[in-house]
This record gives sequence, C-alpha cells and structure tokens, in this order.
Amino acid sequence: MARLARLALDDDEVGRYAVQLSAILEHVDAVRRLDTADVPPTAHPFPVENVLRSDTERPSLDREVVLAQAPVAENDRFRVPRIMGEAP
Amino acid sequence: MTASPAPELGSLAGIAASVRAGERSARAVLAVSLDRVRELEGDLHCFNEVTVEAAEADADAVDRMVRAGLDPGPLAGVPVALKDNLCTVGIPTTCSSKILAGWLPPYDATVVSRLRDAGAVAIGKTNLDEFAMGSSTENSAFGPTRNPWDLGRVPGGSSGGSAAAVAAGMVPLAFGSDTGGSIRQPAALCGIVGVKPTYGVVSRYGLIAFASSLDQIGPFATTVADAALGLEVIAGHDPMDSTSLDRPAPSLLATLDEGVSGLRVGIVADFLSAGSECGDAVVAAAEALAAAGAKVDQVRIPELLLGLPAYYVIAPAEASSNLSRYDGVRYGLRVDGPDAETMNARTRGEGFGAEVKRRIMMGTYALSAGYYDAYYGQAQKARTLVIRAFEAAYRDFDVLLTPTTPSVAFPFGSKVDDPIEMYMCDLCSIPSSLAGHPAASVPFALSPEGLPIGVQVLAPALGEAVMMRVAASLEAAAPREARGPVTP
Repeated sequence: MARLARLALDDDEVGRYAVQLSAILEHVDAVRRLDTADVPPTAHPFPVENVLRSDTERPSLDREVVLAQAPVAENDRFRVPRIMGEAP
Repeated sequence: MTASPAPELGSLAGIAASVRAGERSARAVLAVSLDRVRELEGDLHCFNEVTVEAAEADADAVDRMVRAGLDPGPLAGVPVALKDNLCTVGIPTTCSSKILAGWLPPYDATVVSRLRDAGAVAIGKTNLDEFAMGSSTENSAFGPTRNPWDLGRVPGGSSGGSAAAVAAGMVPLAFGSDTGGSIRQPAALCGIVGVKPTYGVVSRYGLIAFASSLDQIGPFATTVADAALGLEVIAGHDPMDSTSLDRPAPSLLATLDEGVSGLRVGIVADFLSAGSECGDAVVAAAEALAAAGAKVDQVRIPELLLGLPAYYVIAPAEASSNLSRYDGVRYGLRVDGPDAETMNARTRGEGFGAEVKRRIMMGTYALSAGYYDAYYGQAQKARTLVIRAFEAAYRDFDVLLTPTTPSVAFPFGSKVDDPIEMYMCDLCSIPSSLAGHPAASVPFALSPEGLPIGVQVLAPALGEAVMMRVAASLEAAAPREARGPVTP
C-alpha cells in the first residue's frame, strides 16, 4: 500500500500501520457487509450538472510567482530527477 | 474549573457600527485583539503565524475608508483568524504540515477576499490537525493548541486553533473548515458557536482540499448572531468553485429572533447513549425548546450509525487522491532521490505526519483494484442510505438535535495511540457531512468539572435560517457561564 501511495516508510512504521490499518478495516467492515442491492452510490451530496464558463482569455497565475515556490526550477520549468529507468 | 470569564470585544455588529461611525478606529480594535494574543498565545498556541504588519495595514485601510466617507462593510474593523488551510497571498499557508512549511500561495481563497471586502482584518493563520485530519490538533506538525478552559485538555480539531482563539477572546470571529465535524467538535469542546453550512453555500476556492465532496468552510463565534453574520459575509455563489451553489447567500440575521413556536424538533435517540453528560444536555435543550413553544419528540434513525464507518472509507479515499499533489515537484518540501519515484516517496514519507500517512494508505487501499467495490463502492451506497434516512426524518421534523460530541474535551495524549477512539469523536457530526446538510454546535451546559458541552442542531439542505433560529433559542436558554470567551 505504501508503495502504491508513494510513501517511503521505515520498518517501525510498516509494523505499526499494519496493526492500525487492520483495526480500521475491521471497524469499517459494517459497510462492506451491508446489503445494498438496489441502492445507488452517492459520490456527491447534490447532483451537479456540467459547470461551464465562457471560453474567453483571462490571465493565469504569474509564472515567476509560481516557480518561486518550486523546490527546484530551471529555465522557466520545474526541475525533477530522472523519470525513465535505464535501458536494459 | 480553572477558567474565568474574559473581557469581551463586543458583538461584531457593535464593533463594526462603532468603526463605521468613526467612534473608534479599526487600529484601536486591532490593538485590543493583538494584546490579548500577546498575553495568551504562549500558553495556548492558537496560531501558526500572527501577521501583525499585514493586519495593521488592513486596519489602516479600513480607517482611511471611514475618514473618506466610504463604508468599509458589515465587518468593518472586526479582527478575524483564519485556519491555516485557507490560502492567503504572500502569507505562509501550511496546513500544519512539514510538507507545506513556508509555502506562499499565489492567490487568496474566496473566503479571504470576501472577508477583506467586508472590512474584516485578518490577524493570522490558526493551527490545525495536519491537513485537517484529526479531532484534537495533536496531529499538527508544529505542536498542539491548548484548550483555554483547561490547558491540560485538547481544544478539539481539526480547527482547534480557530476555536481556541475565539474561546480565549483573542478574536471575536474565526473561520475553519469542516469535513466530518472539524468546526462543530472544537466549537463544542471550547464552549463557542460553530457552523458547518450546507455543502456548496460557501466557496471552497482556495481551501486546501482534504475530502472534496465533504469539505465546507464556516464560522466560529461566541454568539449565534455573530456566527450568522460571519456566515452571511462569506456565503454565496462563486464561479471559481464548480460545486458552489448558484444562489444568493442565505439571509440569517433577519429571522434569528423569530423563536421556535410551532417548529417540530426531533431528538435523535440513537445518539443519546453516546455520552451521558452530553446526552443529558440534549434532553435539557429539547425541554427548553418545548418551553419556548416547539413540538418535541424523539426519533430513531439507526442508519445514521452507518455514517462513521462510511466516512472513514470515503474521506480517506478522497484524501489519498487529493494529497497525491504533494510530490516534491511544484511546491513545498522535496527530499532528493536518484529518480523521480524515490524522490516522491521520500518527500511524502518525511513530509507527512503519522495520521496523514495512515489515511492516505487507508484511502489507497479502499480505491485499489479488487477492493474498490467492497469498500469505496459500498461506502458510497451507505452514504445514500444515510441521506434517505434523513429525508424520511425531515418529513416529520424541521430540525434534529444531537450531542455535538460523545464527550467533553479530553486530556492530551489520551486518544493519540488509538485512531479508532479518536475517530469516534466525529460520531454525531459525520452524518450531516455525508448528506451535505448544515449543522451548528451551540454551547448549552457545563460538565461537573466545568467543561463546556455543545448541542448540535441539524437541518435539511439550505435550512440554515431555521437552524440558526433554533440555535438562538438554545443560546437564550443556556447558562451564560457555559460559553466563552474565558481566560485560562
């Protein structure tokens, strides 16, 4: 789960979370066991139609202001470590 | 009991009227507020940042408007505090998380601009459980906030800093966000009024997302009238939030004093056993409403008990999705690694605290292939059952009453090691969140050890006006010593 969620955990954390998450899953089991035949799911409290705005140009956030908050920026871009693995 | 009554700044309407009339300056009102902060902040830790210079500049702008014969607005010169998950241009907005420490938002939340446009003066950013996940502020990366009624106890959470700031008389009005009870629970534990509006009544633009289908911003104040005014100012349609309801802000103050004669009030019997002191307060509150002319009856709504387990699937699922944005790329903390995935994982592993990581993993699990239908899908259906149960109840009742919380403020450390014990704090507040309905907590009684007890008033969607009328009647019947502000 931690790998899927991109969370680097130490061994202590893994042990602790395994116990706690099992307890939480047990608690929410009432939901899993519920008879919900013919009950539709609710994703949002009120039905929302498509919300559109007029397709007109408007200023977006200032690039310098946004990049100033980045951990590392270079040449008007966010800089990140290598994304692709080495070729085999 | 260790707390004693505090000097009062006066009602919001009173402050604004005197500032508008030029009888006292916004700068003078601000000085009273900041003095109180200086006196008590060391004990309480309500704030992540007190923005003295920005507040003085805002107060001076209000005073200039008054001198120029212009009207600064209905909150002219009112000092306010903002939960530190509301974006403020150029002022650090951290969500009380290491992963956002020092982040300067490039825009203001709509609520922040509306408050400024109404003449309010923001004095700082208040402490919270990290990313609004928690019920005690013990999950803040910057240390907990203490309850002004008893410094050994939690103020509740997640909006504990905002609640404690109002309860200690630092500000007469503060704002928080409520996903499963994060306004109502700390309001109850701090002896003040807290309101979660109907989903969509207040714009979420600039509120850092936790669980988007549940999050709403709302006010804290010491009186129902002040909370009503605070809500009127921030409510109303905002095109920047696509879930914002396209209707005008509700009118609350106009009908606040109309009383409860003839209103049908239901006591939710399923929550009375939740805690004896708090249950007793609800029964006493119902008797007070009956004496004021309401028709009171008990009602069983057992489906509401599905709320807690459904919420602890839905909210973590939405959180795991929303918090995927903290990846060490665009803002906040980065912990380097040899490749992007390792950098992401190290950043998140180090930047997030224990509860946030727990909920992200829980949510990731509930949404993962093979478990989605069993957990997330089922929880969404349980949400439907909660909504249907409310619909049936509101055919017979105009409002419902429950305790806000199962217990009064608890000592630090007493629940941190048991997540489920902490989650139980939200038992009574979660159902309205799932339904998108409004709910308010009103201080109504004191426990034998002198701690405040809140009663929760629930209403159907967009029922804010009747809800606040009932809240005002409860306030009129409650002992004055049950509400803040207090001096620790």
